[in-house]
Amino acid sequence: MVSQLRERFPEAILTENLEALDPWVQVAPAWLRQVCFYLRDDPQLRFQMLHLITAVDYLEKASSGPETVSEGHFELLYHLSSLEHRHRLVLKLRLPRWKEDRIGQLPEVPTVSDIWPAANWHEREVYDLSGVRFVGHPDLRRILCPEDWQGHPLRKDYSMSHQYQGIPGR
Amino acid sequence: MDFRRRKSLWNISNQGSTRFIALPPEEFDLQTDEIVVNMGPQHPSTHGVLRLILRTDGEVVKQVQPEIGYLHRCAEKIGENLTVRQFTPYTDRLDYLAAMNMNLGWALCVEKLLGWQVPEKCRHLRVLMAELDRIASHLVAVGTYGLDLGSFTPFMYCFREREKILNLFEAVCGARLTYHYIVPGGVMADLPPGWLQECSRFLDQFPPTLADLHALLTTNYIFIRRTAGIGVLPLQTAISYGCTGPVLRASGLRWDLRRHGEPIYTQMYAPYDFQIVAPQEGQYPDDGISPAVPDEAVLGDCWHRFYVRMREIVQSVQIVRQAIRFYQEASGTVGEPMKIQQKLPVAEAYLETESPKGQLGFLIVGQGTPIPRRVRIRSGSFCNLSVLSELCRGCLVADVPAIVGSLDIVLGEVDR
Repeated sequence: MVSQLRERFPEAILTENLEALDPWVQVAPAWLRQVCFYLRDDPQLRFQMLHLITAVDYLEKASSGPETVSEGHFELLYHLSSLEHRHRLVLKLRLPRWKEDRIGQLPEVPTVSDIWPAANWHEREVYDLSGVRFVGHPDLRRILCPEDWQGHPLRKDYSMSHQYQGIPGR
Repeated sequence: MDFRRRKSLWNISNQGSTRFIALPPEEFDLQTDEIVVNMGPQHPSTHGVLRLILRTDGEVVKQVQPEIGYLHRCAEKIGENLTVRQFTPYTDRLDYLAAMNMNLGWALCVEKLLGWQVPEKCRHLRVLMAELDRIASHLVAVGTYGLDLGSFTPFMYCFREREKILNLFEAVCGARLTYHYIVPGGVMADLPPGWLQECSRFLDQFPPTLADLHALLTTNYIFIRRTAGIGVLPLQTAISYGCTGPVLRASGLRWDLRRHGEPIYTQMYAPYDFQIVAPQEGQYPDDGISPAVPDEAVLGDCWHRFYVRMREIVQSVQIVRQAIRFYQEASGTVGEPMKIQQKLPVAEAYLETESPKGQLGFLIVGQGTPIPRRVRIRSGSFCNLSVLSELCRGCLVADVPAIVGSLDIVLGEVDR
């Protein structure tokens, strides 16, 4: 399956780990949509179901003062499965924590919500909680937090504000 | 006090009514305005704090936009700050109507990450609890669905039976709703003496209630008219939206993780004999209790979603009976709950299990310490709810509660 992918998209597949508990391949973000279309539509693969999109924050603590950009990266996970062939695959994307290393600029990745409608809410949730912008998403609003919430709570450097709408936090 | 201000709450255009009266008689026609109706989050038929924004044209719903997040309790953030053992009670609070199944999903995911195997006796005990809880959860789904459609009696019958299951759970673990019984490594305690006899007594007197429910709901003319052909979900749409559980099966796919899941989960159910309830060409295999499908029912409609749950109760009763036998035959212990400070490997594990509401998935990303780097919860209700705007397009306002009820969502699991 992976060799088929590698043959089709030699530049898209960066690394792979098929011995992991859930075998995964790492995809270049620029190729995500082509790879996803292929995974869904190829008769040998037929990944019709998207189970989950999630972001994992790999923050490494910045060494010096507040001016330094914190090191680390995001990993975006896409869990796919095929009900027909009963196989599963995890796509991994590696993103910078901030776009062009400028704090406050959310990293961007193309949407897959037109490929699997299930992605619509999952991408909204990742945007809301982890702060990843999905380019081309039809309705990228916060989903769990209120619309005027500040920050993205599942980022490791997130700190909750002391007050929200006059309600003391902490 | 509305401290969670969200836009468009007051966005209700209501200009139509006054102008309507002022029109001269010849123009007193069927002119209708689009009205935005806000349903919930305190509406009883939305099963919790779900808010729906309906754009209606007369009685016809043009668009439904679900707004969730009113019950968000930061479960995933809490998971990043506690050890996996400490997080177990929090899984109870996801789908609080089927907390045993939530515990089971979490326990199996942790065991997958650590590569553990639990003793055979523990596996059968877990199946026993999970299936009893599936019956309880489906009873709530069926009972409140009748309530949504204006029928009160089945609700009382369902809750009477559920009460007996809760009494059984209380005898096992002391809690009636949030059990914290199935934990990584095993279960908290073995069964108290005499419990299996109590359980068998419950199973013996239970089936007549199902016959009552079929008479009151399944074959009831009004109920059929309210549900058959309403909210039809084609199989392809169900799959593309990630719908699972009874919602997917009612669209005609025989897919159940208890048979089609990962080995760590299916090995639990391998010795058990049960059917996967799903219509094949509009028909179900005979189970001796359930009535025939009415002519009005369409594959994937509200009636089928309801009916799949009714039939799954019968299957779960069978599984519980077998589990009692297997448990008595099995030797060994019921496992040892894991230590609070158990270190996790630097690895990721994702596992989905078949909870009553749909496929429940947990993702744990370990980082070499007892506290995981990331915990992600994929709930069946979340994905099943996302298809709502697709289902409600073009239906009548009165059908919206029927469709929402047929999806059987629990907001604790949607909002986490």
